[in-house]
Amino acid sequence: MNTTISAKDRKAWMGLLASADDARLAELWRAFDHEPAFDWLRAPEAGGVMVRGRMGGSGAPFNLGEMTVTRCALSLADGTVGHGYVQGRSKAKAETAAKIDALMQTDAAETLRARVLIPLQEERAAAKEARASKAAATKVDFFTMVRGED
Amino acid sequence: MNQMTDNAVYAGGFSNPPVASAHAFRAAMNAMARPGMVQEITGATPPEGISLAAGSLLLTLCDPETGVFLAPDVDSDALRGWLTFHTGAPIVAAEEADFALGGWDALMPLDRFPIGTAEYPDRSTTLIVEVAGFDAPNATLSGPGIKDTAQIALPDPAACAGNAMLYPLGVDFFFTSGTQVAALPRSTQIRAEA
Amino acid sequence: MYVAVKGGERAIDNAHAWLAEERRGDTSVAELSLVQIREQLALAVNRVMAEGSLFDPDLAALAIKQSRGDLIEAIFLIRAYRTTLPRFGYTLPVDTGAMACDRRISATFKDAPGGQVLGPTFDYTHRLLDFKLAAEGEAAEAPTSAPRTEPTPHITEFLQGEDIIEREPMSEAQPGDLTREPMAFPADRSVRLQSLTRGDEGFILGMAYSTQRGYARNHAFVGELRIGTVAVEMEIPELGFAIKIGEVELTECETVNQFKGSKTVPPQFTRGYGLVFGQSERKSIAMALVDRALRWKELGEDNLGAAAQDEEFVLSHSDNIQATGFLEHIKLPHYVDFQSELELVRKLRREAAEAVEQMAAKEAAE
Repeated sequence: MNTTISAKDRKAWMGLLASADDARLAELWRAFDHEPAFDWLRAPEAGGVMVRGRMGGSGAPFNLGEMTVTRCALSLADGTVGHGYVQGRSKAKAETAAKIDALMQTDAAETLRARVLIPLQEERAAAKEARASKAAATKVDFFTMVRGED
Repeated sequence: MNQMTDNAVYAGGFSNPPVASAHAFRAAMNAMARPGMVQEITGATPPEGISLAAGSLLLTLCDPETGVFLAPDVDSDALRGWLTFHTGAPIVAAEEADFALGGWDALMPLDRFPIGTAEYPDRSTTLIVEVAGFDAPNATLSGPGIKDTAQIALPDPAACAGNAMLYPLGVDFFFTSGTQVAALPRSTQIRAEA
Repeated sequence: MYVAVKGGERAIDNAHAWLAEERRGDTSVAELSLVQIREQLALAVNRVMAEGSLFDPDLAALAIKQSRGDLIEAIFLIRAYRTTLPRFGYTLPVDTGAMACDRRISATFKDAPGGQVLGPTFDYTHRLLDFKLAAEGEAAEAPTSAPRTEPTPHITEFLQGEDIIEREPMSEAQPGDLTREPMAFPADRSVRLQSLTRGDEGFILGMAYSTQRGYARNHAFVGELRIGTVAVEMEIPELGFAIKIGEVELTECETVNQFKGSKTVPPQFTRGYGLVFGQSERKSIAMALVDRALRWKELGEDNLGAAAQDEEFVLSHSDNIQATGFLEHIKLPHYVDFQSELELVRKLRREAAEAVEQMAAKEAAE
């Protein structure tokens, strides 16, 4: 087992998995073709979290409303623990996320990163960029019209 | 934390949470509804030093919005980690506790726990008191949920009777030992036996 | 006396069956799928998420389908559903300054850094029905341009440099949560904002409009309006650090309001704030205006007796599920209540008639 996982790395992949598209994640996971043996520490459960904002965007916090989240935890045969916290109500997505979280702490990490995480990340970046490009095209370019004499 | 204690924290939850927590809740509800009557309650395997009954109560009653006070005799990293993973309940001071766990002496003084307010008498602590057993009754109970009278072993009958005097304010008690639980709500009248 | 009347079961079952059939409508017309609702009626989905107080576009789409497009009924379904979800916790406050903006405009600063980005807006449409949409057709791809990579700062940050606008004190104070504790007055601003963001769009709009028409006028400019997605992060106790658990689309409106100063505060601009799930522009502007109107006390302004300044009036009547529940319950059987009213009115009439008779008899005798 790899014990040099940094919290920063783990944050990055868990965040990517949390908002990944359900169907695309399932597809990449199937293609990875490695179902590890595991035991549930916490079977997948759907719930809500209260999302907070700040007054004026930067002041004191207030409660905005909830969003759905599904979570689970499992341990691989070697004792590695994986957590899944994903947006929405898909138990399958939470399970896949937890398996990936666990396997990312093992020797399988590099292959998994190359075959699942990097494609997810690139597709996500491309989708964001496509949206930002459309927004950029609606940016107003002001120009001043000179009126009157001299 | 090393890997072993790390994983111990994740073990011992309800194996089938919807069914197990419903059974445990029913036992807890019956215990409160029938003060002094001992019920079986199981399902959880808490870290060492905590009865199965107390562990099962914690998993059934606690969530991220209930603050739990752990008395010094039961407080440990293992218990904190276990409670956090399985319930999300924050660990708080006695003065802010919705639930408190420990042996009687470690939990005292009783008057530091919230007893509710006139408008919200429910904003009070429920104490989960670990006891040796229920074999030596030293108090007679009467009141709602008790047909005539019931017998119970109390760690300190006078303190419990004092709490009942605060009604409708006051704290409520669960007493746990092994896989057994009995309860004493604030509405019960207590007479110490000679 | 309370009399239970039974016998409605068969009628109710049949009414539900007919409702299901009517919901489907003419079966020769293709059925709506949830993804169609989610993708093509996105603003209805957004309203249901905002007022249902649960961000989940698929669930909102289902609620709209089930309610036959009655959005308040759909919001009711979402509110009922959300009560069944175990609450895993509270997120860290979202950072709207880091929003990936689809739209970002300012009515106060033409040359704000980041620029005026119109986004997919109705604003400059002619409000003429587009009959091309009646015939099915593919929409053309929107034009693109080189995307902006740097963050888009909040406009109020520039004004703060001069101290010409009130500062929003940063704190980590625990906000009130009206899904956990009943509303009490006076209500803290955190509870007011929570109540406004889930309040009925029509009601909040009406209240905001009343301030513009002169009932506690507060001279609002839209300092900034932005729509886009933000990351949502939460502390995970078992991990010991915060992770991103998803993304939500938000609309944020900051108003800049004229303020002539008070005994303690020099003349400066004050602020109103609106933050709403989804693309919900009208609602977020209205929320900011009402938030500002409700702040009269803390800013040392006069109570002008306007409805929008009365927090008990505004907050107690903004929730459309509470309102519709109480309103619609009067159509349900009240046979016994009405029977007693009927008897009372008959008795009063009898007594009135007897009094008239006695008076007439008395006059006749005199």
